[in-house]
Amino acid sequence: MASQDHESDAAPARASLVNDPKVRSLFYQVLLVVVIAALGYFIVTNTVANLERQNIASGWGFVNNTAGFGIIQSLVDYSETSTYGTALFVGFLNTLLVAVIGISLATVVGFIVGIARLSNNFIIKQLAYWYVEIVRNVPLLLQIFFWYFAVLRAVPGKREKWSLFDTFHLNIAGLRAPKPVFESGSSLVVMALIVALGATFVIRSWARKRQEATGEPFPVFLTALGLILGLPLVAYFLSGMPISLEHPVFIETGPVFRQGFEIGVGINLIPEFLALTLALAIYTAGFIAEIVRAGILAVSHGQTEAAHALGLRNGQTLRLVVIPQAMRVIIPPLTSQYLNLTKNSSLAVAIAFPDLVSVGGTVLNQTGQAVEIIAIWMTIYLSLSLATSAFMNWYNQRMALVER
Amino acid sequence: MANADVFHIRTEEAPTLPAPVSTTGALGWMRDNLFSSIGNTILTLIGLFLLYSIIAPIIQFAFIDAVWTGEDRTACLPPPGEAAGACWAYVDAYLPQFIYGRYPVEERYRVDIVYALFALLLVPLAIPSVPFKRTNALLFLVAFPIVAYFLLTGLTFGDTVVLPIVETAQWGGLLVTLVIAVTGIVASLPIGIALALGRRSTMPAIRLVCVIFIEFWRGVPLITVLFMSSVMLPLFLPEGVTFDKLLRVLIGVTLFSSAYMAEVVRGGLQAIPKGQYEGAMALGLRFWPMMYLVILPQALKLVIPGIVNTFIGLFKDTTLVLIVGMFDLLGQIQSSFTDPTWATPSQGHTGYLFAATIFFLFCFGMSRYSIYMEKRLHTGHKR
Repeated sequence: MASQDHESDAAPARASLVNDPKVRSLFYQVLLVVVIAALGYFIVTNTVANLERQNIASGWGFVNNTAGFGIIQSLVDYSETSTYGTALFVGFLNTLLVAVIGISLATVVGFIVGIARLSNNFIIKQLAYWYVEIVRNVPLLLQIFFWYFAVLRAVPGKREKWSLFDTFHLNIAGLRAPKPVFESGSSLVVMALIVALGATFVIRSWARKRQEATGEPFPVFLTALGLILGLPLVAYFLSGMPISLEHPVFIETGPVFRQGFEIGVGINLIPEFLALTLALAIYTAGFIAEIVRAGILAVSHGQTEAAHALGLRNGQTLRLVVIPQAMRVIIPPLTSQYLNLTKNSSLAVAIAFPDLVSVGGTVLNQTGQAVEIIAIWMTIYLSLSLATSAFMNWYNQRMALVER
Repeated sequence: MANADVFHIRTEEAPTLPAPVSTTGALGWMRDNLFSSIGNTILTLIGLFLLYSIIAPIIQFAFIDAVWTGEDRTACLPPPGEAAGACWAYVDAYLPQFIYGRYPVEERYRVDIVYALFALLLVPLAIPSVPFKRTNALLFLVAFPIVAYFLLTGLTFGDTVVLPIVETAQWGGLLVTLVIAVTGIVASLPIGIALALGRRSTMPAIRLVCVIFIEFWRGVPLITVLFMSSVMLPLFLPEGVTFDKLLRVLIGVTLFSSAYMAEVVRGGLQAIPKGQYEGAMALGLRFWPMMYLVILPQALKLVIPGIVNTFIGLFKDTTLVLIVGMFDLLGQIQSSFTDPTWATPSQGHTGYLFAATIFFLFCFGMSRYSIYMEKRLHTGHKR
């Protein structure tokens, strides 16, 4: 930028005020602030006048009014007599649920496809290539519609089902799966799990310190595996097997209208949720695959060769040399993809999955509180974005290359 | 020392033998790429199985079982007990709606002229060897939008009607998709460049405003932006002033994508070495000439892939306007499903397959062109 401020004290006489860079920059900034303030004043006064004319009381009073509409999926207690505030909270939780599950699925699929694109096998490579190209070049909304209207509407009706291993069942009402039931005493198992996790953490840092001091490695992974699986298992049997699976019940006999899955038994994932999560995960995985590929390609072959020359085995080379360096390239764009997935989950409104935007839209239609609802949306998505990027920046800094 | 009789010295060259069959041709290629080890062979088999289970049903649906001609749904109903194929007759019957929406039939020639002008100006602009680039770009970026605006909306002088007015509520299909995408692309690039320059400015107030603007639009989903522009924008205006619905959407989309564009351009600006700025200033160039003549040409060249990615994203995002009640290509297809004339089990699949193909062709074409341009412009760094 123009940093022409080489004033010398010896020459105070300047050509003119108009050509003084400092004055000019101050003038432009004041002009900008004035324009923005004027625009803000214009918008606020108009909005207030318009709201008054439409008889809409601005303010947050509406969140305590009764919502009066049902929500097809909620993680907390919700009924038609709940308040608008509760409804919005249910929507927020659903957004988080879709984001968390979608991100995990997309990461797994994305890494597999990204590595597959670097495969020596021609067919695998081509499959991965066309997966990425097709998924990235077709609008996400179209993919959601495809899964929802074309795939999940073509499954058996309410009185029939498709089953996998006799455990997972799919029909037009959604995917049914066994649900774990926690009876009294199950808290012991949970406690055991927490203890195991804590112990793993302690052992890990101890092992690292010891290896740095003496050079002797310690089988941290196997110990951790044993602890995390073993300890809860022991607690499970000691406390008399308090956790069981509740299988969905399919009624085949009796009157036709009562046939089908019994409501409230087992886990039911509604088609809206399935379609949205599947589409989001598959779409985002295409982008993650390209990021992973670029990250792995960014590690120069010399690094692998040097690691081999030091006597590291293939697995060690990958784990200790290639992946840490690839992650540096991968993490920043991966963060953007996680954020994109979270923001894209707002497309739920198109298939009426009750996420934050969808529920908010219903509230907006009922109350007319456009300003407040849109403010809620913007605030929540902005803070989700900022929180995720803050976390990933922290992680990125930990992983970053330390140079002189 | 050595007796010449003991040694056999070949006097002519040994005949060149062909490479072993197992390492050349199709067989050798397969050994190298498909069956080089047991693991690789297993992968090949898995891949073949996947290919078979994905491609075969698609071909079966789209071509073998497909119905190509017919008047209504009876043509597309599958014979009892057989699988339904694609109903291309339905796409054929609905094609005008997919392309023009509800644009009046007798006025559709105007849309055709716009499409033709667009293609006529874009193709020579995209081919590097065609001369008169500057004139072409001016025509495309300045003259074409004005002409297209009057052609599409209509033109009247007082009472004399040159071209009858067509309300934007009647527009639809590919027309809306292209109008939003092209306007968004053309408008977001200059705004994005200005924002990127503002974000790197030394004036704190300007920098702060640009940072807040960019981070705000990048942090919220496009849907909420569209809701905001369709619900809240009318609230912002004085009583009696109304905006066309399409215009409101255009404003939202442009603001949204210019924030993304700004970050792409900023990446390019950051990659320009300081020496370039200092050199330009040493030549006595002021801020704007320095940017226009030295910095931006280099910076934009560096970020062509990013810019095209933003374009592709914008093109795909046009589909979201259907949520605020506008009928772009996908919206038009979605709304055609309610027509009982063509209601068959395969209608939805056919419609989505058609839409996916159209979007894929546009986006894939853009990405291939970006790779081509990148390679062409990359010559400076190649050794």
